[in-house]
Amino acid sequence: MTIAADKPRLSREHMLELLRQMIRIRRFEDKCAELYTQEKIRGFLHLYDGEEAVAVGVIPVLESRDRIVATYREHGQALVRGVPMTAALAEMFGKQEGCSHGRGGSMHLFDRAKNFYGGNAIVGGGLPLAVGLALADHMRGAGIVTACFFGDGAVAEGEFHESLNLAALWGLPVLFVCENNLYAMGTALALSESETDLQRKAACYRIAAEAVDGMDVVAVEAAARRAVHQVRETGKPYFLECRTYRLRAHSMFDAQLYRDKAEVETWRQKDPILRLTTWLESNHLIHADELARIEAGVAAEIADAVAFAEAASWEPIGQLTRFTYAEPVATANR
Amino acid sequence: MSQPSQPGTVETTYRDAVREAIREALHRDPAVFLMGEDVGRYGGCYAVSKGLLAEFGPDRIRDTPLSESGFTGAGIGAAMAGMRPIVELMTVNFSLLALDQILNTAATIRHMSGNQFGVPLVIRMATGAGRQVAAQHSHSLEGWYAHIPGIKVLAPATLEDARGMLWTALEQPDPVLIFENVMLYNMTGRLAADAGAVEIDKAAVRRAGRDISLITYGGSLWKTLEAAAALAGDKIEAEVIDLRSLRPLDDAAIMASVAKTRRAVIVDEGWRSGSLSAEIGMRIVEQAFWELDAPIRRVCSAEVPIPYPRHLEEAAIPQVPRIVAAAKAALGRE
Ligand SMILES: Cc1ncc(C[n+]2csc(CCOP(=O)(O)OP(=O)(O)O)c2C)c(N)n1
Repeated sequence: MTIAADKPRLSREHMLELLRQMIRIRRFEDKCAELYTQEKIRGFLHLYDGEEAVAVGVIPVLESRDRIVATYREHGQALVRGVPMTAALAEMFGKQEGCSHGRGGSMHLFDRAKNFYGGNAIVGGGLPLAVGLALADHMRGAGIVTACFFGDGAVAEGEFHESLNLAALWGLPVLFVCENNLYAMGTALALSESETDLQRKAACYRIAAEAVDGMDVVAVEAAARRAVHQVRETGKPYFLECRTYRLRAHSMFDAQLYRDKAEVETWRQKDPILRLTTWLESNHLIHADELARIEAGVAAEIADAVAFAEAASWEPIGQLTRFTYAEPVATANR
Repeated sequence: MSQPSQPGTVETTYRDAVREAIREALHRDPAVFLMGEDVGRYGGCYAVSKGLLAEFGPDRIRDTPLSESGFTGAGIGAAMAGMRPIVELMTVNFSLLALDQILNTAATIRHMSGNQFGVPLVIRMATGAGRQVAAQHSHSLEGWYAHIPGIKVLAPATLEDARGMLWTALEQPDPVLIFENVMLYNMTGRLAADAGAVEIDKAAVRRAGRDISLITYGGSLWKTLEAAAALAGDKIEAEVIDLRSLRPLDDAAIMASVAKTRRAVIVDEGWRSGSLSAEIGMRIVEQAFWELDAPIRRVCSAEVPIPYPRHLEEAAIPQVPRIVAAAKAALGRE
């Protein structure tokens, strides 16, 4: 654990909250996988298992007015951001009480109240969007930061390069958070990139960049604090490469033919939850009953969410074409 | 389009009318800005935005790098964050590099987010053939865009519409694409000195007639009106419908005209196969089959990439004699 940086935040309470949020995502997604096998959740389901330290390290550092753009692997980001678990799960069920009215499903969680801009299933597609959100803030001098999460696979898309160039050229307040889990579906980073040190690419665009151990939530948080502070102070972009690993398959359809079990096992030793728990235990900062209390609290929240999603309703088919365009406003001023 | 000068009108070009529309929008709303390749220092590749940089400065007349996807996506983000960007894509040919952003993001976000986010963005681009600039600069793909739910597609053919559609488009809560036919920019005529916003949801009868409906839009409108004049010499009174909006289509106007004339020819610069003309023809069959006295006919572009030599280019796209011939054929007067 890197504990040197930003000491004031390293209270025991805070560490327990980081742990709780990571456990919350992990257990929630374990439940999602189960619900998927029960066919309650359909379509694509991309789990964040192993990568929780990234969302939990970065998002609480942001203010509520800041904006977040995510990918289809966004349950973790959504939950940490405060999208209610009930609404997130109902969305995955496709129910109209879901956070996107059931129209988006697992890959398209949106929440206007939380400035959570999805949920984008086009690899690289969220980067220009983040640049534009930041452009609007830049033009209005708002001091708002837009955090954009994306995987290492997105780095190969043209939009990655277009977006970094634009953000640097125009000096836009975007925090690019690259979740480098070493694979894009089954393609290893080394098979898709001539330069695998991704933060160097950002540096080529004259963007401040750093790489951090993405399995260490404290290190991620410390780096995110530096990064967000800098973006807010300078209004300029920052590139944070979080080196992480996904312990599960890419999606529920993936037989993982591209990597061997030993590799996954090695990374399991670095599991961010295991790591933080072990560290807290060895420093006598957590008691067994506290861990049990966290687990119980999370289990109750999940049980609530499942009940909520089950009880939620199906949108009437008569409303099928709604939300393709804005609905006419009642006040007839045009 | 030379008319005798009328009081309260000014002599102008289509290009100047578009520029005036942009100027007005920039004056009217500080959230409006224009962004695109060479819109500033160069003055716009069709000189539409000439002079605007000096008047409004580089923040609001924003030159972009060659990154169609990047800056179109940035326009989407800026629109979602409360700005009113006008994105200029030089021509529809290059817009294909931004098609992902237009289709997968701009057109889908409202639906996928369950109506939480809309994209009030206007995208302008040139379309059409006739300048001998060969295939990669001459295609008419607005019909493709008209295929996409979630966006609106406009085709201003007249000075009034070139001047008036932009503001109405900027007031829309959803993305609007405006296609300006390249052959119209130099068109001169008189326009009301106080010309302003026009409605964008109705087709217009540009010439009334009882014998046949000629349905068209954009650059083909003027050829179709010429054809109608020629037909009048043969005692055939053609009604000319200018669609103005390609999505949504004004079915009522089309059907009203066909109900009156009982015959229809559709003139569309897109390729015949899978074209907008195919859609319109099918709608007439669905809604007005029993009104018809003759098979519907189409004048479209030949199924070939638009060639460079003038004679081949002219042969590839709709021309007055072909429109006249199609109308006569529909009337059994070959
Ligand atoms: C433009 C595009 N191309 C391909 C895909 C199919 N696809 C879905 S996820 C994925 C891998 C992306 O990997 P990465 O960006 O590293 O993110 P990760 O899944 O590892 O979080 C691919 C190729 C897609 N969704 N979008």
